[in-house]
Amino acid sequence: MAILVYASSAEGKLKKGALEAVTYGYKTAQILGTEAYAVVLGDVEDAGQLGKYGATKVYQVADASLNDFDGQVVAAVVADAAKALNADVIVTSNDSAGKTVVGRLAARLNAGCLSGVNSLPTTDGGFFVKKNVFSGKAVAEFELKSATKVLSVMGNTFPPEEVASSVSVESLSVEVPASRIKVKAVETVKGTVPLPEAELVVSAGRGMKGPENWGIIDELAGLLEATTACSRPVADIGWRPHHEHVGQTGVAIRPNLYIAIGISGAIQHLAGVNQSKTIVVINKDPEAPFFKAADYGIVGDLFDVVPRLNAALKKFKG
Amino acid sequence: MKLLVCVSKTPDTTTKISFTDGNTTFNTQGVQYIMNPYDEWYALVRALELKEQAGGTVTLINVGPKANDTVIRKGLAIGADNAVRVDIEPASAFATAKQIAEHAKAENYDAVFLGKETIDYNGAEVGAMIAEMLDVPFISFATNMTVEGNTATISRDIEGGSEVLEVATPFVVSAAKGLAEQRIPNMRGIMTAKRKPLKVVPPVDVPDLVSVKGYELPAEKSECKYIDPENMDELVNLLHSEAKVI
Repeated sequence: MAILVYASSAEGKLKKGALEAVTYGYKTAQILGTEAYAVVLGDVEDAGQLGKYGATKVYQVADASLNDFDGQVVAAVVADAAKALNADVIVTSNDSAGKTVVGRLAARLNAGCLSGVNSLPTTDGGFFVKKNVFSGKAVAEFELKSATKVLSVMGNTFPPEEVASSVSVESLSVEVPASRIKVKAVETVKGTVPLPEAELVVSAGRGMKGPENWGIIDELAGLLEATTACSRPVADIGWRPHHEHVGQTGVAIRPNLYIAIGISGAIQHLAGVNQSKTIVVINKDPEAPFFKAADYGIVGDLFDVVPRLNAALKKFKG
Repeated sequence: MKLLVCVSKTPDTTTKISFTDGNTTFNTQGVQYIMNPYDEWYALVRALELKEQAGGTVTLINVGPKANDTVIRKGLAIGADNAVRVDIEPASAFATAKQIAEHAKAENYDAVFLGKETIDYNGAEVGAMIAEMLDVPFISFATNMTVEGNTATISRDIEGGSEVLEVATPFVVSAAKGLAEQRIPNMRGIMTAKRKPLKVVPPVDVPDLVSVKGYELPAEKSECKYIDPENMDELVNLLHSEAKVI
């Protein structure tokens, strides 16, 4: 019995979720009285650092064809790795890779699975673990009854914790099936933290009156080293790119700080951001529903308030 | 193309969520049900567009009791040709996937469409499971898709960007915002939907791997603390020393 963490990577680098998944795997191993191993696929820089977060062994399937992600291939490789290492709990991150792999692993191994878990398992009379349901409006506890279990860990919920030191990476020989998906192009926005991984997010909506007014938002995001986001109407009318849209139909996020500027807080928007740890709302309408979900509220004209906030942050940073 | 679209029934987004039987059962009293928006707006509409462009059929499949027929009829009204309902309340994502895969295996669909997740359990698991059970590729979170012959070119969202993939039929694809635009059924669609075939099939046996033990509602958010709009130094202080986020 052991835990195997599939540590996902992109462009040769471990994703932030991979470190969180290893931290989760380590803590779960403590609960179950076993060890957590990690497996990386393709070329990955510095995979041995996963030892710091509690992986007692780090394995690499160094087949270059794994550099392009295909969930079907990854699931086959991780399932075989789990069998070879005698692992019965498989853990990964709940990012675009994890979400594509978890269901496949479960089907392949006849395993109970749960995606986006936000608690460590409890083992009194079974194997129980929790996740958010109904778009964050409730939490459900599930029992996984199968011998093999597959979990993906909700992002920004289990911060990476260093508990040991780096380990050497061992090569693992597993058959890599041919992919039936051809990757034609990959485009990523450079220089900013992707929204699902961001700890600080500055988001703005229709109250901005036009795309030409975003300078104060970019300045605020720059001062905080935050990622920018927006509401649905603003993305739909083309003021901002679609990948910035947070909410039910856009990206669901869970940062430590979410600053909502000129966004009224429709229920569909809240469904995508209500898991944020601290919410600041700046809106001139005191009746805006967003204030009910806010920790800190400022009722005022954003064109006065945001520049004042930027000045205060400059002073704070010295 | 011969296309299958999986549709799920979910509580409306604005539903107030509560539980009964000592927080072990979702309280369906007064709940308004809808077709899962990702299934309806994006998966179904893109499948219909492909059929309009290249010919073929669009079949709907739902796993659930007779009460789900209203959602299925809406899908037929939007334009699907026929529908299948597997007559069982699914106990888990695995159970749903297994019933759909059993149907799809015998039918040789060119592609299986579904929404990127349901808005109730938010699992995003079913599509990957169906693909594994059918041993075909799965493209998740598709935001754009074109088809030439038997090759699809699909864009999907990844962290901080997107990628463009090419895949040959058959495959499973999960739909995100951008793939299509919502369609409202017209009167003619609603009338003809009543006469379109809706086949009810018995379920196959599925192992019991996962079940819900209970629910809880999240802790009430504490009162919003209002800050003088003239005094942004105070906000910065609170974010630093109280919330400890900067």
